[in-house]
Amino acid sequence: MSINGTTTLHESERIRHILVSPEDRPARAGAFSASMTYGWRALLKIKHVPEQLFDVTIFPIMMTVMMTYVFGGAIGEAMAGGDSQSAVDAYVQFLIPGVFVQTLVMITMYTGLTLNRDISKGVFDRFRSLPTWRPAQLVGALLGDQVRYTIAGVIILVVGVIMGFRPGGGLTGAVAAFALLLVFSFCLSWVWTTVALLMRTEQAAMGVSMFILMPLTFVSNIFADPQTMPGPVRAFAEINPVSTVVAAVRDLMDGTYDVGGLTMVLVYCAVLVVVFGPLSMLIYNRKS
Amino acid sequence: MSVPTADPAVETRGLVKRFGDNTAVDGVDLSIPRGGIYGVLGPNGAGKTTVIRMLATLLRPDGGEARVLGHDVFAEPATIREKIALTGQFASLDEDLTGIENLVLLGRLLGFPGRTARRRGHELLEAFGLAEAAGRQVKKYSGGMRRRLDIAGSLLVTPELIFLDEPTTGIDPRSRNQVWDIIRTLVGAGTTVLLTTQYLEEADQLADRLAVIDHGRVIAEGTPGQLKAQVGSGALTVRVVEPADREQAAELLARTIEAEVTREPDPTALTARLNERSRAAAALSALEEAHIDVETFALGQPSLDEVFLALTGHRAEHEGEEDGAAADETDGGRDDQAEATIR
Repeated sequence: MSINGTTTLHESERIRHILVSPEDRPARAGAFSASMTYGWRALLKIKHVPEQLFDVTIFPIMMTVMMTYVFGGAIGEAMAGGDSQSAVDAYVQFLIPGVFVQTLVMITMYTGLTLNRDISKGVFDRFRSLPTWRPAQLVGALLGDQVRYTIAGVIILVVGVIMGFRPGGGLTGAVAAFALLLVFSFCLSWVWTTVALLMRTEQAAMGVSMFILMPLTFVSNIFADPQTMPGPVRAFAEINPVSTVVAAVRDLMDGTYDVGGLTMVLVYCAVLVVVFGPLSMLIYNRKS
Repeated sequence: MSVPTADPAVETRGLVKRFGDNTAVDGVDLSIPRGGIYGVLGPNGAGKTTVIRMLATLLRPDGGEARVLGHDVFAEPATIREKIALTGQFASLDEDLTGIENLVLLGRLLGFPGRTARRRGHELLEAFGLAEAAGRQVKKYSGGMRRRLDIAGSLLVTPELIFLDEPTTGIDPRSRNQVWDIIRTLVGAGTTVLLTTQYLEEADQLADRLAVIDHGRVIAEGTPGQLKAQVGSGALTVRVVEPADREQAAELLARTIEAEVTREPDPTALTARLNERSRAAAALSALEEAHIDVETFALGQPSLDEVFLALTGHRAEHEGEEDGAAADETDGGRDDQAEATIR
């Protein structure tokens, strides 16, 4: 081929020069190291595509402001015992921890959507052909998402404080509540990795995720006390795991805690990981 | 203990993969020796990629047996993954990340400490002529650069077997030649290359042996020369100086070589498939006696395109751009043939 100039010949020389012997390879990356590497990849993606932070920045602000001022007057008035003056203030105290949980729980969905997008690309085959601990790709993505959840959480709390939210437990209470919620979000994300691996398109994954998330976050104690709801709805709101998490987060923010409630949250976390972790991996390994 | 190098690179028997009702791979038997380049040739949807994905342990076969570098794909996929590298059909890279970030990512996943991964990444970028693009996002790379980075990603450690799934699909001719050079360099370093292609010229240029796959079955296997020999003696291309003479030339040719003559879109060109090479001389004399000025009279081995047509009864897809250089080395046919068929 006449196009082969001297440049390519030099290139082959250079390539031959940097090839190492097949025996000359590092020891297999450990599970932790591989997971952290995939987590690093998630952070790089935030760096290169900062637009993807929209869902963890604007969305939480929107939710917090919207929910407080739409429902604040009506629901808050009842809570404040008919005093419409302090209605919104009272509702802010009640709602902010709830919106905090709701928003982070909603955002966990994006973990699955990102994964679904990843799978449709060639890089997914490359990752699966590597001799690394296979769950690392999923664990790493979830670890990277902790950064996104943290950004969203901080924004909500800052907006909340601006709007008059004052956690009774102070900074310590807020940090404790935050930590608990991050743990729950990490565990819940495994549900969305399962959904993402099952669904063929991102849109389908989104549809299923919303279908699950809407009732879980709305039919709960986030916006109103379940006592005010009719029988079956109230029953659902009371057994809804999200309600348990919200109650625990409210307590911690208030500077108190209920051992039973906290235990329940951790049990939910364990169940989510134990069921959906292996399920995700099973589908991941079989994925064509 | 068996000597590991005695195992062939790939050995499959009755390999099957179904997707619902569609049997994508339908009983494939392959025996690929170590060293050298093995080509899997077939049109789109023939099952090439599915075979590669099963061998690279990405996909579990539904039937049959497969051993890669002596290891069973069902029982020892993790061991196989330590010895292979895969460059997929669509660049196996993270488009959002930069060139160096991609290589560092893969290096760390392979077990290099961060700093070593970075050093190794820069070495590879340098060697592949991508040093200047190290800090650029891969989505801003050209097709050829992407391919080279993709292959570089497979060479952080040297694999014993590398799978290249359509390594030159969709890149320009200059980049394609670079990729070919890289592939040949790899073989020189002792790696076995298994590549799929729908480009007949590519298989002919690179592969030591090849399997032709159609509808999930191997329909022919051998060296490019053996496959060509199965099809007939070769192709004759004639170009006359005056388009007005073509009709007469066509009749003369048809009579002397006793084969069907094709009138090409070029008003001066004729082609025919020879059943017997010896008749070519008679054809040339007949043209001379009739005082027809001949610009080109070229005899070549059949191209792989013709091999494919003869084996499958239908033409390979994406053939148009590849016809040109497919002629073989015999009879000095290469240059003439190439010239005669480039339109």
